[in-house]
Amino acid sequence: MTGVAVHLEGLRRTFGSVHALDNLDLEIAAGELIALLGPSGCGKTTALRVLAGLEDADGGRVLVGGKDVTALPANRRDMGMVFQAYSLFPHLTAAENVEFGLKLRGRRRVPGRAAEMLELVGLSSHGGRYPHQMSGGQQQRVALARALAIEPAVLLLDEPLSALDAKVRVQLREEIKRIQTEVGTTTLFVTHDQEEALAVADRVGVMRAGRLEQLDTPAEVYQRPVSAFVADFVGLSNRLPGTVTGPVISVLGTELPLVTPGADGAATALVRPEAVDVTPAPDGAGRVLTSSFLGPTSRVIVTVGETLVVAQVASSQLPALTPGTAVTVNFHPVPVALDL
Amino acid sequence: MAGVIAARRRRQRVFRWTVLVVLGIFFLLPLAAMLEFSTRNSETWPLLVNWPKLSDTYPDLAEGIVSSLEQAALTAVLMLVLLVPTAIWVRLRLPRLRRLVEFLCLLPLTIPAIVLVVGLAPVYAWVTYFLGGSSLTLVFAYTILVLPYAYRAIDAGLSAIDVKTLAEAARSLGAGWTTVIVRVVLPNIRSAVLSAAFLTVALVLGEFTIASLLNRTNLQVSIELLGKSSATMSVAVSLAALLLAFVLLMLLSLAGGSKKESK
Repeated sequence: MTGVAVHLEGLRRTFGSVHALDNLDLEIAAGELIALLGPSGCGKTTALRVLAGLEDADGGRVLVGGKDVTALPANRRDMGMVFQAYSLFPHLTAAENVEFGLKLRGRRRVPGRAAEMLELVGLSSHGGRYPHQMSGGQQQRVALARALAIEPAVLLLDEPLSALDAKVRVQLREEIKRIQTEVGTTTLFVTHDQEEALAVADRVGVMRAGRLEQLDTPAEVYQRPVSAFVADFVGLSNRLPGTVTGPVISVLGTELPLVTPGADGAATALVRPEAVDVTPAPDGAGRVLTSSFLGPTSRVIVTVGETLVVAQVASSQLPALTPGTAVTVNFHPVPVALDL
Repeated sequence: MAGVIAARRRRQRVFRWTVLVVLGIFFLLPLAAMLEFSTRNSETWPLLVNWPKLSDTYPDLAEGIVSSLEQAALTAVLMLVLLVPTAIWVRLRLPRLRRLVEFLCLLPLTIPAIVLVVGLAPVYAWVTYFLGGSSLTLVFAYTILVLPYAYRAIDAGLSAIDVKTLAEAARSLGAGWTTVIVRVVLPNIRSAVLSAAFLTVALVLGEFTIASLLNRTNLQVSIELLGKSSATMSVAVSLAALLLAFVLLMLLSLAGGSKKESK
C-alpha cells in the first residue's frame, strides 16, 4: 500500500457565529502522518470530519490524490476512520466488524484479510469476541484494523486514544505509529494531547480558531514555536520579563536569541523549563522556593528577585536543591518566542 | 434504632402486600367471573379451539378474528416501515426536530378515540372511495393510534446505542444509508422493534371504538355483536383475547429482559 497526497484548500465552516474552519489550508504528503493539535473548539475535529465527508464545508475544496472529492458522500470517499467513542458494531464479533467494510466492497477472501488485520493489531486470538467482551484498548485496536482492512486512501484518527487510560494510551499510540509506518497510509490524527501529537506525527499542525498556527516537525514545533499560543499549548513555558534588542532578548542577565524578532523594548519571553539550569551557589541571586520529584526528572521553582522560574532538573540534583538554597539560574541559548 | 427500622420495613412489607392483593382481586375477579360464566355451557371452549366448526357456527366471529389478525400484522409492518427510518433520521440528521416529532407521535394519546373518529370519518369517505370498504383499511387509523407507544419503544432503543457514531463508522466503511439502517442500526435495536410490534398487536386486537363507528369489522366488533346472540361464546372469546394480549405483553417484557442480561 502506498499513500496518496491530501490537500485541504481554503476550507471554511461556520457554526452559528463560530468559525470552526477559517480558510484552512493543509497539505499532507503521500504516506505522511500529520497530527492536528489544538484546544477544544479550535476546528481540528471539524477539519477531519470535512475530509471524511461527514461534515460539509461552507467553502473550499478537498483533494485526495489530486482528485476533487468535495462533493462525494462519506461512503464513497475511501477513508478509514477511528472514532473517539467506541464505534464497533455491538452485534458483530471483532472479526465480523473487520469484515464489514470488506464485504461491502465485494472483496474476495474476506475472512483471510480480516484475520491478517487482526494479527497486525495483535488481536488474532480475539476474532470471535464481541465488543462488550473486550477492553477499551482492544476495541480501539479492532476499530483500527477495521479502518485499515479496506485499504483506504487516507486513515483518519479522531482522538482515538482519549477514552483510554494513560498506560494503554502510550502503548497504543506507539502501535499506531508502527502500523502506520508499516502500511504507509496517509494519516490525519486529531488530538488535544500535545505529548501524543509530538510522539506519533511526522509533522504537527497546531490549530487555533479554525486556522493552522504552525505546521512543522514535532521538534521544530516544540523548540521553535512561532507564537506564544503554540509555545504555550505545546509544553510548559516560563513567562519571563526581558528587554528586546534586535534579534535577542535579555532575560535575567542572559541574552537569548528570538524565534521571530520583535520590537525593541520590554517584552515577555517564553522559556522552556528544560532550557533552565539551576546550580547551587552561595552567592547566587536565586532562592529555591519548592522542589518536586517527578520520577526521572524533577521540577524546581526558583525565585530570582520578583520573578518565578520553573526549571526541569535531573532527579539526582534534587538533594542539593532543598527549599531556601541559594542558586544561580542559567538559560540554554535556544531560540525563544515572545508572548505578544 | 434497629428496632425502628425493622418496624418500618415490616410496615412497608405489609403495605406492599395489601396493595398487591387488593389490585390482584380487582383485576382477577372479573376474569374469574368470565371464566365461570363461559364454562356454564360445556360446549363453548371446545368450540373455540375447533376453527372449522367455529367459523361454521359463527361466521361473523371468524371474520372478525381474521380481520383483527390481518389488521394487527399490517399495522405493525406499516408502523415499523414509517417509524424506524424516521426515528433514526431524526436522531442523525434533524436532532432539533426530535421534540416536535415526539409531540406529534404522542398526540393520538391525548385525543379520545371517539373524537378521532369524527375527524377520521370524512377521511375514510375518501379511503372507501379509492380503496373500497374493506376492514383492512382500518390499518391507516390504527397506525396513528399506536404511534405513541411504538415511538416511545423505538426511541428508547435508539437512546441505548450511539446511533451517530455507529452510522458514521459504517458510512466511512462504505455503507449507504439503507445498509446503515438495515445492517447496523436495526440489529442493535431489535428488542425495541419487537416491543413496538408487540404493543401494536396488543393494541389493535383490543380496538373497538374506531372499527365500530366506521362500520368496519374486527374481533371486538364481532364480540360485541355476538354478545347479543350468544353471551357465553362472546365472553369466552373476550377472555381468550385478553389472555392472548397478556401473553404478548409477557413476551415483550421477556424480550426486554433478555436484552439487559446480554449486556
